[in-house]
Order: sequence, then structure tokens, then C-alpha cells
Amino acid sequence: MKKAHWEKNLVELIRRTSTDLPADVEQAIRKGLRREKKGTNAHDFLSMMLENAAMARRDSVPLCQDTGTLTFRFTVPTGFDTNGLASITRNAVSKATRLGYLRQNTIDSVSGEPYVTNVAHAAPVMEFLQGARKTVDARLIMKGGGCENVGRQYSLPDVALGADRDLEGVRRCVLDAVWQAQGRGCSPGVIAVCIGGDRAKGYAYAKEQFLRKLGERSDVKVLARLEDRLMRDIRHMEIGPMGLGGKTTALAVKIGSLSRLPASFFVSVSYMCWAFRRRGVLLGPEGGVHRWLY
Amino acid sequence: MIKHIEYPFTEEKIRGLRVGDKVSLSGRVCTGRDRLHHFLVKGGKCPVSLRDGAMYHCGPVVMREGDQWVVRAAGPTTSIREEPYMARLIETLGLRVIVGKGGMGEATRMACRDHGCVYLQAVGGAAALLASCIERVDGVHFLAEFGSTEAMWEFHLRDLVAVVTMDARGHSLHRTVERRTRKTLKDLLSE
Repeated sequence: MKKAHWEKNLVELIRRTSTDLPADVEQAIRKGLRREKKGTNAHDFLSMMLENAAMARRDSVPLCQDTGTLTFRFTVPTGFDTNGLASITRNAVSKATRLGYLRQNTIDSVSGEPYVTNVAHAAPVMEFLQGARKTVDARLIMKGGGCENVGRQYSLPDVALGADRDLEGVRRCVLDAVWQAQGRGCSPGVIAVCIGGDRAKGYAYAKEQFLRKLGERSDVKVLARLEDRLMRDIRHMEIGPMGLGGKTTALAVKIGSLSRLPASFFVSVSYMCWAFRRRGVLLGPEGGVHRWLY
Repeated sequence: MIKHIEYPFTEEKIRGLRVGDKVSLSGRVCTGRDRLHHFLVKGGKCPVSLRDGAMYHCGPVVMREGDQWVVRAAGPTTSIREEPYMARLIETLGLRVIVGKGGMGEATRMACRDHGCVYLQAVGGAAALLASCIERVDGVHFLAEFGSTEAMWEFHLRDLVAVVTMDARGHSLHRTVERRTRKTLKDLLSE
């Protein structure tokens, strides 16, 4: 393994993720802008979001100062040295922090001391899967605290929401989560949902939905229909960009499902801000770039 | 129409602002977030006077380049976390302007009304754009104690654009939107 190659390209993955808003997200914001009336807060704020995206890309500076929790998802060939890759990834995070692509954003929860390199136990988050290809598929999502704080998990049935253990119950949970969030998750957001699973995997699988492109509908028909219905419902709420009113509250709704225990029925909702940072790259056996994803 | 306001923010100027006004902010602001608010409310001494001043809820990305501080990213952080402390600080420090995102609660709304302060909503996540409004860094406090993100940075701004969402008359756009959307939510749930 040529460490220098790997590290350089992983730093580049972090740089791109932090500074370069993906095209599908930018397009969705543009679409929202066309719906809003000129001179309104909604129109002004969406315009400033696009201006910010252009500036961050041009100057190679973070889109948002909260550079968030870094979650790497590596799909590697059989027999690949994942411990080695983990160690290189931690070095890349530390370097990207020194270069100012990441904020000093990691704090010891007991002592309150900052970890100035952003490397600590389980920081960055790394997942390794085994794939059939010879290349390493490396994907990174950076998710800030503002939107993470407005995520919610429901256990059905929920009497207050009138939510039973069915898709209508799921719809009620999602609408409640979006309403509770108001503008605090930095709307317009992307709403990811997991139906089922246990509490831990429920949130994790909801977040996996963020890897899907915004235009990509669920391949499960009933879930695709629910995604569409929720988009319409959320538009009616008129929470608007940053919660100041307007038609653009969500950029997409993404729903996945997992099996569950007979006794449990969780609906986990994860909220992603408009500054949706997601990038990926295919790396060859020596760490060279095959192709950038998204 | 955009209203220009510049430090020092006098009570008269601030009381003239209304919810919905678009403003452009210039002059001195100090950043403060969770640790600073907690510290000040527990009786810690504020190293600079914030009388007629502005507090920016922000944890910036700042780099040392030569003998200068360069701000690379500086968008607002979620303000509601400071709700337990804000009213007290508005009263005791004489703050006139709070810049943040997401709005604040009842105690802050009342403190804005009673003491003549406004809350400005900046564009959350627009860290590059907002950093470009910082002309210079005039100082930093608690850098060693709190770390760079939580430190109190003194910024000199030029034309940072934001919207008044809580004014000194007790109005809050956040409250209005929340109430209106609660009704819509109810309708959607009764379908």
C-alpha cells in the first residue's frame, strides 16, 4: 500500500466533500428558488445559499463552518488491509484539519477538552464492507450538529400522533419530525427515514439513505409513493428556507426499511441540512483515483 | 429595502427595527457559543464591553497565517441552545443585537422587548459567504481555555446580511411560523 497516494487522495476526498456542494443538491436548491417569489426571505436565503456554494467551491473553503461528523464508508476487495486504511484515513483527517478544510470539531464529552486533530475514538466514523470489485469505493458524508440535533426516533404506536404500525403511521412521524425541526436543521433539508430495525440500526440505516442521489426514487413501489406524498405534504407546511416561511422546506425524502422484532416498530428520521456534503471516489489498489462519484 | 446598522447599536436604532426587516450589519461583533454563555452566566468576567454590542452565535474556522488570523468559514450556529442564558446576558451585558440561526424562545423574546435588543437570522450554513463579510479579526479571548471553535472572537464586519426575526416589540417570526405551520400539520394529520 502506497501510503502517500492514499493519504493524498483521501485528503482530496475530504476537501471536495467540505467545499463542493454536489450537483444534485445544488439543482434541487435552484428548483426551489424558481418556486419562490423575488424579494421574499425564502428567495433571498436560497440565493445566498447558492452564492455561498459558488464561493466555497471557488475559494476551496468549507461550505459550512460546522464540518460535522465524518462518516466514511469503504467497500474494499477481499483480503484488503482495512486496519491500514483506517490508520491512513485518520492521518488524512488530521491533515485536512491542519489545512482548514475541517474545523476543530471534536470534543471529549467528559473533560470538555477539544481533540485538535479531529481524531478520537470512533472519530472519524469508519465502516468497512467487502465488495466484488478490485477497487476501493470510498464515500464520505459530513453532517453538522444543527441538523443532527433535530433527528427523531418514534416507537409506534404513538397515541399523540395517532400513528399506528402502518405506512400512514410512518407518514405522521415524518411530518411531526419536520414540523418539530422548523428551520433549526437548516431547511430546505433532505429527510431520510428508516422503518424498522432496532434503535441503533434504525438511525444508521436512515443515514445510509443519504448516499442515494436526490432524484433517485425508492425501488420499492409503496415507499416511492410515500416519498412523493411526503414531499407534497411537506411543501404544504410552508416552513420555508431557514424556517422563515416559503414553499421550499425539503429537497427530498428518502425512505428505507429493515426487518423488526414483533414487539418493536421504530421510525427513525434523520435530517440533513441544505449544505449536504456527500462525495465519493473509486481508488485503485495503489490508492490512485479511478473515478470520482456523485 | 435594506437597513444598514453599524456598531455601536444604540437603543433608538434597535427599537426602530421590525420583524421582517432585512439588515446589513457592520462594525464590531463578538462570537460566543455554548461555553462562553455558560461561563458568563456563572459569573465569569466578560473581557470586552458588549454594551450596545452584538453577539454572533458562531464557531468559525480560523487559520493562523503569518502574524494574522484568517477566517475561512463563519456561519451561524443554532441559537436555541443558548436560551437558558441569553435573557440574562442581554440584561446584564447590555447586548443590542444577537445574530444566529433558528430563533430563540420566550425568555429571549421578552428580554429583547424589555431591554431593547433584536435577534437577526443569518443564512445557516452559508459559512463562506458570511466569512467574506469579516474585514478583520481584532482579537480573540479564551482561545486556550475553550479552543478555537468556542473561543470569543472579535470580528470587524462589513455588510453582513440578515433578517430581523425577533424585534424589540416582542414580535417573533419564528413563533408566527411555528403557530401557522402547527395548524397545517393538524390538517395534514386529519386527512
